[in-house]
Amino acid sequence: MTLPATAQWDAIVVGTGPAGIGGATALAEAGLRVLAVDEAPSPGGQIWRGIETAPPSRAALLGPEYQAGHDPVARLRASPATLSFATALWRAEPDGTVWLRGAQGISRHQGRHLLLATGAMERPAPCPGWDHPGVTTAGGLQILLKREGLLPEGPLVLAGTGPLLYLYAAQCVAAGKHDVTLLDSCAPSAALSALAHLPRALTGHGPRYLAKGLGLLLALRRKGISHHLGVRGLRILSGTETALTVHCRIGGRDRHFPAAHVGLHEGVIPETHLSRALACAHVWSPRAQAFLPQRDPGLRSSLARVFVAGDAGGIGGAQSALFEGQLAACAILHSDGRIPDAEARRRMQALRREIAKHAAPRPFLDRWYRPRAEVLRPPDETLVCRCEEVSAGAIREALRSGAAGPNQIKAFLRSGMGPCQGRTCGPVLHALSAELLGRGPGETPVLTCRDPLRPVSVGEFAALDS
Amino acid sequence: MRFRRIDPAPSLAHQIHFEGTPIPFAEGDTVAGALLAAGIGTFRTTPVTGAPRAPYCLMGSCFDCLMRIDGAENRRACMTPASNGMRVERARGPRPAGEERMP
Repeated sequence: MTLPATAQWDAIVVGTGPAGIGGATALAEAGLRVLAVDEAPSPGGQIWRGIETAPPSRAALLGPEYQAGHDPVARLRASPATLSFATALWRAEPDGTVWLRGAQGISRHQGRHLLLATGAMERPAPCPGWDHPGVTTAGGLQILLKREGLLPEGPLVLAGTGPLLYLYAAQCVAAGKHDVTLLDSCAPSAALSALAHLPRALTGHGPRYLAKGLGLLLALRRKGISHHLGVRGLRILSGTETALTVHCRIGGRDRHFPAAHVGLHEGVIPETHLSRALACAHVWSPRAQAFLPQRDPGLRSSLARVFVAGDAGGIGGAQSALFEGQLAACAILHSDGRIPDAEARRRMQALRREIAKHAAPRPFLDRWYRPRAEVLRPPDETLVCRCEEVSAGAIREALRSGAAGPNQIKAFLRSGMGPCQGRTCGPVLHALSAELLGRGPGETPVLTCRDPLRPVSVGEFAALDS
Repeated sequence: MRFRRIDPAPSLAHQIHFEGTPIPFAEGDTVAGALLAAGIGTFRTTPVTGAPRAPYCLMGSCFDCLMRIDGAENRRACMTPASNGMRVERARGPRPAGEERMP
């Protein structure tokens, strides 16, 4: 739809994955004037990417959790919320003002409330050679399957750890692809430490998640997919652009695997670029190995007008995110006086109970799939900043020469100054800084996020004046 | 690096133009998807060392698939829906100053 150059809204929802859908639908159905924006051309987020255009056979292959996106997306479409896709948010202010860039150019909007539902990104998994064409994230390969119905041809190596790696491998198998090798970096010690969290993982919806994971592993075994555990020292060499070789150590032996495609994955972390640019307070989570925006029980951030729901506030998965969107909506409606106290309390308690059921297995999963130290702090030869081509060795050298943290490394080496604005190298700069400065991750600074958060041309900036 | 389409009968009636070569695309394709389906393995060369690059994250986060699309520099191929007649070129090394434009 065409957005006016400027407008006022009761609430602006950023992102239309599960959390944004849950929030925008609930707010609009309750009578608020809601604007929901998404940079993608259609709703669903990465989890339900392409849900409106995927033919039934593709949706069936992707499984019931993908197909579960049909109803929430249809309900968002049917709600009175104003939806604007292919619309990037490039600046937000604590008073609820947001600056957008869409097909009609730049527009400025003000929301009495902002709901950030920016979802998750894959944890950057740098290793030597991760910049070669043919190496993507495993999640990226899965997006190509969901959105475009594309399956890699030729030997596929999936390396790293985390549930998505197995899910995508199983989806490949379901699509008839069997030349898949899983190089699992999960350390046996991580699995042992995770056992302490097993009792809690067996409560709520935990058994459902664990059964699904076991089912995936059994399906891969049944189809004879080669699965190696305790993989370390990953390196990817490129012969030509169509021939890769993955080198690693397994059980003390050097191994190598030819590949046409490599999918890397080391779990997912909240996408906090926007909440950080807004200067919302964030806290380090040792369990998630990431910074999370601080939130009150109604998912309000440290800024009164700004709420954060779904994976953007801490990884909980799609179903939890949908409920979190509804929880934030409930808190917003309550603060607007549209729901009486008792009713709000009752609804919010019910939603929190549902969220807790989905949270039950998380400590177990987070501990089991915690990335190894060499992933967070890669060897010197590894390119850390893909944009400006800065190695881990150069970054360590800058730190030894007195760089005070990620922002000074950026000034010294341009790492984090390229087009991705530090989204990819930022977590690694932070981890390397913590390592060499000898500080805890929670006490180590992170890259400062500044607008424009998405590309805007000088001409568009200049046109703002008129 | 090749991909195949899994849908039974993708409609490939429309085309983008990649450096003069017509490339068919299906409904829902991004520029990145259409190029990968056509076996294009290098999307750009880097400004610093000239190394070849292709999409990495496919969700708009890593900016490694930057291309020149309909004359505009630095567009993310993975976030740009393919449209009929669209002209797409690789970004080669550092972009020239003074020619930058975004539609």
